[in-house]
Amino acid sequence: MTTVAMAADARHEAADRARTGIHIDNVTHSYGARASGRGVVALNRICLDIADGEFHALLGPSGCGKSTLLYLIGGFLPIQEGAIVTTNGPVTQPGPDRAIVFQNFALFPWKTVKQNVLYGLRKQGLKGEDAEERARDYINLVHLSGFEDAYPSQLSGGMQQRAAIARTLAVDPKTLLMDEPFGALDAQTRRVMQEELRAIWGRSRKTVVFVTHDVQEAVFLADRISIMSSRPGRIEHVIDVSLPRDRGEDTLEDREFIHLSEQIWRLVREQAVAATRGR
Amino acid sequence: MPRAGTGTGGINMLLDISRGALRYSPIAILLIVWELLGATGLISRQMLPGLGEIFGELVAAVVSGDLLYNCARSLMRAGSGLLCAVVVGIVAGLLMASFRPLRLLINPIVQIFYPMPKSALIPVVMIWLGLGDASKILLIFLGCLLPVVVGTYNGARGINPFMIWSARSLGASKLEVIHEIVLPGAMPEILNGVRTALAFSFILMVSSEFLIATDGVGYMISSLGDGGIYPAMFAVIFFVAGIGFLADRIYAAFARRQLAWREA
Ligand SMILES: Nc1ncnc2c1ncn2[C@@H]1O[C@H](COP(=O)(O)OP(=O)(O)OP(=O)(O)O)[C@@H](O)[C@H]1O
Ligand SMILES: [Mg+2]
Repeated sequence: MTTVAMAADARHEAADRARTGIHIDNVTHSYGARASGRGVVALNRICLDIADGEFHALLGPSGCGKSTLLYLIGGFLPIQEGAIVTTNGPVTQPGPDRAIVFQNFALFPWKTVKQNVLYGLRKQGLKGEDAEERARDYINLVHLSGFEDAYPSQLSGGMQQRAAIARTLAVDPKTLLMDEPFGALDAQTRRVMQEELRAIWGRSRKTVVFVTHDVQEAVFLADRISIMSSRPGRIEHVIDVSLPRDRGEDTLEDREFIHLSEQIWRLVREQAVAATRGR
Repeated sequence: MPRAGTGTGGINMLLDISRGALRYSPIAILLIVWELLGATGLISRQMLPGLGEIFGELVAAVVSGDLLYNCARSLMRAGSGLLCAVVVGIVAGLLMASFRPLRLLINPIVQIFYPMPKSALIPVVMIWLGLGDASKILLIFLGCLLPVVVGTYNGARGINPFMIWSARSLGASKLEVIHEIVLPGAMPEILNGVRTALAFSFILMVSSEFLIATDGVGYMISSLGDGGIYPAMFAVIFFVAGIGFLADRIYAAFARRQLAWREA
């Protein structure tokens, strides 16, 4: 872990004492006009409590509503049924306490990497050299130094994804929502980013909701893992990951890690098979 | 091409110029045909005056200051109308894209008026505002408005919604999103709309001056034509065509610079 990033985090530690938990209560969400019968029920009566400072991973077959659940927590979609409450109160609209990394990056293409990162920092009231320094720290953190002045169109998919991660991490949100944030990365970069994310989380005790398809990634990163069923998405299993807090290269050889990964892999597979049978 | 020392700068410029000359060489063919048609007597000199004669008239009109004065008057009208249309059009397009009630209100109006030839409004603006500058500026404004509104609206509606969500979750307010995200995101289509509007502004400038004006290039063309002074009339027409071409080229270069992030 880079020391610069540590300093950047420490600076914002104080403002960050109030931790949040996320309470999802009976949330149902449909796309399209449900009354006409042509709507799609994406989520069905989801109940889930995520504790303050918990690293929570969401696993489930494609199309089961993982992104939808994340958008609801982010306040991007209106809540149709049920409620989502954080320590800041019920979620009604987006806010910088719940920053998100989208599956498709959503960088601002007319801004350079640095300008993208600075955008969020400026919104947090950071100005001048402070903001510049913090932007540099987070660009370093995702190994994009040297590409500060590149436009997104000049970057590979994996680099764009890392730029988006830097932009979101830089505002130091209490709750971090991540939608397959490492999906576009090669295996090595992915591993490095996983370790850094785990380390950032360890220092700042953010609440993280992390969507992934990769079972090992979920087990390596998370405290708890929810496994969702195929459409309409429900939460079928919630599993505690009883691994030590400090995780690294050797965690991957840990007997418990291997055992858990296999167990979860079977549960996810069951859902995926059910999904194909259902169609 | 490798740049070796200062000497190549001049060579490069010469190359650029000759490349440009080559690109527009079809124009030269057109002019040669023009001369041949007149010289062989296929078309009377009355209708297609010799290019030399036209050029002489052009020089005379420039030297006398007549042409430049009238051109300045015309460009003032076109520029004012266009500028107002760009400002109002961008604001209207952004608001339409952002607020549903406004969209429902304005969309049908835009759809009905978009295909209407705006020169049909020349008598109307004359009745409203008389023969002065205001009537022509209003006409040009109305003609240029819709391409800008439509371009802005389409650009704004086409924005990746995740970009807006990102900005909101980074702390931007709904209003900030409109000018910080939607406006630059819609810029490619806005710039296209303005380019169309630029062409419309020239068309409406000249055609309105044909009918209601006592100065301006359109007035010059029509009065020289009425007086049967065709070489001088063609001189003004060529001049206006040249100015229009130049304006479009300059605008295109400006737009390319604004969108440098796309080409990278
Ligand atoms: N805008 C939309 N309009 C209509 N249906 C939608 C829309 N977005 C998602 N859906 C439907 O809702 C369901 C859940 O979608 P969602 O994107 O949340 O799934 P996901 O679990 O994130 O999938 P993936 O793992 O492939 O990203 C899908 O079946 C999809 O067809
Ligand atoms: Mg998804």
